[in-house]
Amino acid sequence: MGKTLFDKIWDAHIVEDVGPGTQILYIDRHFIHEVTSPQAFDGLRKRDIPVFRTTQTIATADHNVPTINQHLPISEPLSRHQVDMLTENCKNFGVELFGLGHPNQGIVHVIGPELGLTRPGMTIVCGDSHTSTHGAFGTIAFGIGTSQVEQVLATQCLLQSKPLRMRINIEGELQAGVLSKDIILYIISKLSTSGGNGYFVEYAGSAIRSLSMEARMTICNMSIEMGARGGLIAPDETTFDYVKGRPHAPKGAAWDEAVNYWKTLYSDEDAVFDKEYYFKAEDIGPMVTYGTNPGMGLVVDQAIPDASAVPGIEKALSYMGLHEKQAMLGQKIDYVFIGSCTNSRIEDLRLVADFIKGKQKAGHVEVFVVPGSKQVENQAIAEGLDKVFTEAGFQFREPGCSACLGMNEDKIPKGAYCVSTSNRNFEGRQGPGARTILASPLTAAAAAIAGNIVDVRSLIN
Amino acid sequence: MDKFTTLHTTAVPLPIEDIDTDQIIPARFLKATTREGFGDNLFRDWRYTQGEEPEASFVLNNPRYQGKILVAGRNFGCGSSREHAAWAIYDYGFRAVVSSFFADIFRGNALNNGLLPVQVSPAFLDQIFQHIEKDPSTSLMINLPEQVIQIEGSGLQENFDIDPYKKTCLINGYDDIDFLLNKRQVIETFEKNHQVH
Ligand code: SF4
Repeated sequence: MGKTLFDKIWDAHIVEDVGPGTQILYIDRHFIHEVTSPQAFDGLRKRDIPVFRTTQTIATADHNVPTINQHLPISEPLSRHQVDMLTENCKNFGVELFGLGHPNQGIVHVIGPELGLTRPGMTIVCGDSHTSTHGAFGTIAFGIGTSQVEQVLATQCLLQSKPLRMRINIEGELQAGVLSKDIILYIISKLSTSGGNGYFVEYAGSAIRSLSMEARMTICNMSIEMGARGGLIAPDETTFDYVKGRPHAPKGAAWDEAVNYWKTLYSDEDAVFDKEYYFKAEDIGPMVTYGTNPGMGLVVDQAIPDASAVPGIEKALSYMGLHEKQAMLGQKIDYVFIGSCTNSRIEDLRLVADFIKGKQKAGHVEVFVVPGSKQVENQAIAEGLDKVFTEAGFQFREPGCSACLGMNEDKIPKGAYCVSTSNRNFEGRQGPGARTILASPLTAAAAAIAGNIVDVRSLIN
Repeated sequence: MDKFTTLHTTAVPLPIEDIDTDQIIPARFLKATTREGFGDNLFRDWRYTQGEEPEASFVLNNPRYQGKILVAGRNFGCGSSREHAAWAIYDYGFRAVVSSFFADIFRGNALNNGLLPVQVSPAFLDQIFQHIEKDPSTSLMINLPEQVIQIEGSGLQENFDIDPYKKTCLINGYDDIDFLLNKRQVIETFEKNHQVH
């Protein structure tokens, strides 16, 4: 019997079977950030042990950082303390840090790929559930808790049980105006927030193959929102082209050897999956969420379902200030957030800039565009995108997690509606009482201009 | 990590599905750099009004419901990987969470902190909710070595699954890290033959 892509990578990283069902898995790359690492470093100190493989861990500051005036000290004392702790821990334990002001700083899941630290065939972990993003390169990448961060720092390994395998096939061609964000919101709306529980998901099919690396990252990023441990996509020429020439990518003969190996990373014809789903790309429209989990989503021209049809919907709708059977088209909004590890890459910013060029945001709407990294920010400025944003009345900010999680200064006020390109619409996620509507960057940009939810398909040709 | 063998206590019901870790502990309370004290902010935005007054209708503010077991609707702990969620539940005083379904990362985090996730059938979960609603002094008995949970006085009980390795860890209070540190030599041998491209 053939092997799945997932099995090929997993099996190459088993240090030892300690049975029954438990294996020691070797981790090639470990990313850390300020929020989930301090207690792990504390653990090392208590045991008086060093970081086992310092060069395999990379640190950045992203969750707590302000997105304006990053050259000044962080004003919020607790945030500043956490970032200072990271700096100190990295220095004391010999871990490389891309802190505030560093040209490589940014959201952990944006910088790994852009620096070539994320490459096919690797195992990658981070104390952050959206580590699944890196799966777009054909890696096994998943989020871990702080105790496991400590384990990886101490031993470069984790004790794991092997997840089940799922494949989601999307065949066909997407409608104009439909992005990869819509694909993943569509899948989650069909499978629910627990549909992937216990599985590692491979995304396949012609619609996936046709996507850029940025678009693939958006899909893998949200695998966790259906409860999956992670998601991955077989590497191909698109992947190799993206990785080639990046600072940490192999060079010369090592590059050729790497590509030869990467080309073996696909699911064999006769590989068996524990579960398989098929979707048609043509069925997918621009998506928006109406509730308080990412599974409560619909194609933008549909109405919110009957309260009897979806469990938990009443509580969600009352929080959202929406009602059953209501249309989402025309829903007035107050904020637009374009950013987060889901949609803050240069391709996302280009798409938005291209769409809004020469237009003005609606007067009552506040718009944040927050690049995912310093490199994305610099690239956007080099291409003049920053001017397009400011001319349209959008705020172009400095890199960080920003309004994705209500931890730093960028919060959405109570009761306000925010169309957000991030990945979670949980109650309070963007600040206490904030009402999040998840959407693609294009749908978000269109909402910023119109001041309410619109169908981008009617605005592009 | 504290040892866990049996637990015999009343329980606090939270019959809501898909409770995510942002509800268990909102992000703005993740700024601490130690593991202690998160219990104060457990379910913060459900537990307090925006004016920071205790929200009378929330179960943790209802003196009728006490105990060391939290009983919650299916898909408990979905969302973020923040281990702070498990710390907050433990710090508040819970030693076990019962649900019909746990999100993967939360389950792992709980087990790494001596908090036992007990997954029961949807029907049994319903029974627990009904018994507690009828009589908040209903106590539950969890026996980890036997892998059994009982609704005391009702004759109702169910077996639950747990990874055998994790079960040993909990009963003895071992961490994964102790286990892995003892494997350093095997790991170094693996590294010699392992190539990263
Ligand atoms: S952008 Fe949001 S989801 Fe991504 S790492 Fe930051 S907080 Fe987490």
